[in-house]
Amino acid sequence: MPESSGSVAISAKAVSKVFRGQRATSLKEHLLRRGGRAEVGFTALRDIDLEIEAGHTVGLIGPNGSGKSTLLKVLAGILRPTSGEVTAYGRIASLLELGAGFNSELSGRDNVFLNASLLGLSHRETERLFDSIVAFSELAEFIDNPVKHYSSGMYVRLGFAVAVHVEPDILLVDEVLAVGDEAFQKKCLDKIAEFQADGRTILFVSHALGLVEQVCDRAVVLEHGRLVFDGDPEFATGTLRAMLGTARPTAEAAEPAEPRLLIPRITVGDVPGEERAEFAAGDKVAVRAVLQVAPDVAGMLGAVIVVIMGAGGIPVWVMRADRDLLPATGGEWALDFTVHDCPPLYGAFVAAVRVDDTEGNHLAVAQSRDAFWVRSGQEVGLLNVPYEVSARVGGDTR
Amino acid sequence: MANLSAQQRTRAQSRLRWELMANLVRKDLKVKYQGSVLGFLWSLANPLFLLVVYTFVFQVVLRTGIPSFGFYLLSGLLIWNAFAGSVGSACGAAVGNGGLIKKVRFPLTVLPLSTVAFAMVHFVLQLAVLVMAMLVGGHTSFLGPHLLLVVPAVGVALLFTVALSFLVAALNVRWRDTQHVVEIALLAGFWLNPIVYSVSLVQKELEGRGLYGAYYLNPMAGVVTAMQRALYAQNPLLPNGTQHVLADPGYRFYLEKLGLGGLVSLAVFALGYWAYRRLSGDFAEEL
Repeated sequence: MPESSGSVAISAKAVSKVFRGQRATSLKEHLLRRGGRAEVGFTALRDIDLEIEAGHTVGLIGPNGSGKSTLLKVLAGILRPTSGEVTAYGRIASLLELGAGFNSELSGRDNVFLNASLLGLSHRETERLFDSIVAFSELAEFIDNPVKHYSSGMYVRLGFAVAVHVEPDILLVDEVLAVGDEAFQKKCLDKIAEFQADGRTILFVSHALGLVEQVCDRAVVLEHGRLVFDGDPEFATGTLRAMLGTARPTAEAAEPAEPRLLIPRITVGDVPGEERAEFAAGDKVAVRAVLQVAPDVAGMLGAVIVVIMGAGGIPVWVMRADRDLLPATGGEWALDFTVHDCPPLYGAFVAAVRVDDTEGNHLAVAQSRDAFWVRSGQEVGLLNVPYEVSARVGGDTR
Repeated sequence: MANLSAQQRTRAQSRLRWELMANLVRKDLKVKYQGSVLGFLWSLANPLFLLVVYTFVFQVVLRTGIPSFGFYLLSGLLIWNAFAGSVGSACGAAVGNGGLIKKVRFPLTVLPLSTVAFAMVHFVLQLAVLVMAMLVGGHTSFLGPHLLLVVPAVGVALLFTVALSFLVAALNVRWRDTQHVVEIALLAGFWLNPIVYSVSLVQKELEGRGLYGAYYLNPMAGVVTAMQRALYAQNPLLPNGTQHVLADPGYRFYLEKLGLGGLVSLAVFALGYWAYRRLSGDFAEEL
């Protein structure tokens, strides 16, 4: 049974994952390394905070190597986080690889039972679902052949058929929807729509940004293991496209080049550069965006845009600094956007900053680390709107 | 569904684990005998072949002088093979399933357990064949109350096998040396346990030095001698004329040794299970 909407399905609190460097796997290496170089770790996830409410479909996007798959594995409980905490409520099924655990010597039938058992279905449940699994895979006539004779498409179909029949509360999917022909992809999407209608929670990694915009109601962007954006899918894919657009040429990859454009810090306070967690209507709200701009980039920038976003990534208001307001030389810029009279809002908000070039392409996006609260007297409702009430009995009730 | 009690949930989960283990064993059996004409018969051919070779070496060439040597040998050999086969393949239980461990979340404890179960399936069938062979061959001395010694003996063997299987499966992920150490240790173990010779010869050497009791700290020594008491179940004199084939003609001796072996196994189990649980959290990363 799906959780009622609003409850948390899965959450990560301050999750980091450091992969140890190449560890010694033989005693000899182990002894030789004693007292030698320290093992250098690779930080795949840094301080990720993520809370996904039941019934939502969340896309997880980012450049290659940004930690998407690692995050999915940590959430699935396959990898143990180095620090931080993951909590999940309900049955999780992870689809990190279709047909993981298939044995190529065995028949499709045997593999269905083995795979279902690995994913946590009982023998009786599997027997009950078997016909439906086979029907979904469209492999009825081959089900007793060894899967080594299957084509890769058939393999994938059978794997997906088993996984979706596990009927999880939370489904974690890693880029598996990209395989298979169009008809199969359509089937997968239909199944996802069905899951959504059932109120299940889905988190999926994809490079197909169009799909993320189409299917998800929220998207998370990772970069170098950091969560850099969390909110509206279209804004998220825009963020990622901006990032990929500024990706360094691969030739320089060996030695990290001087960053050309970075947004290292965004603060929200009553004085520019300071941070404050709570505001009331009428307060002064100062948003400072700190940008590191390489000299040759300075002239390319067209606008710096601040979006104040509410719950679920809803843009509440936008402030922009256009070309004529921006400095002409590179260096560390501090751009201050000051609201002298905070609107009568209620809720938690974040400030997102986007940098566009003169043609409107997104070059960089970031958001403030901590949310800030605005309270204006009302107990519910985004806006405290002044109004009056009058009442009377009889007379003209038009 | 949502309101299962914690106890029901635990029971449902442990049933799922057993089913998963059974499925893994079934898979291993199917894969092992797939495409072979004689299939499962091969698992019986192996001890038969050993029987022929060892009988020739120990009865004809070396003349150990144990009557019905073949039955004596198999009485101890079958349980040893189950133990050694299981511990040997447990080294690969986690390492050989890296692809699975990295992609699917499932209770990892089923991996070493399924290698033990796989070996035990073979043991039970081989034991059945041995019993039939003894009936046909007229070696019926095993019929009697002493046959019940098989139960505690197999129990201790099972516990010790599970214990070591957990330990080596976990250690081998971290240090691949483990499998080589295990290979050598199992080879040594075959000769250190009284499988192809009488334990009385060990007793003669060790008793004077007060070490004979310590010999049974090895749980498999108690298991093998108890199996011989239960199945071979004859106690003729050895050719030296002073000693008998079996360690003891009664029962109590075996129960004591099995008790000691059981305690040792329990300690190894605690260590092995602890190590496995502790290291298995990082399997997905290390494999």
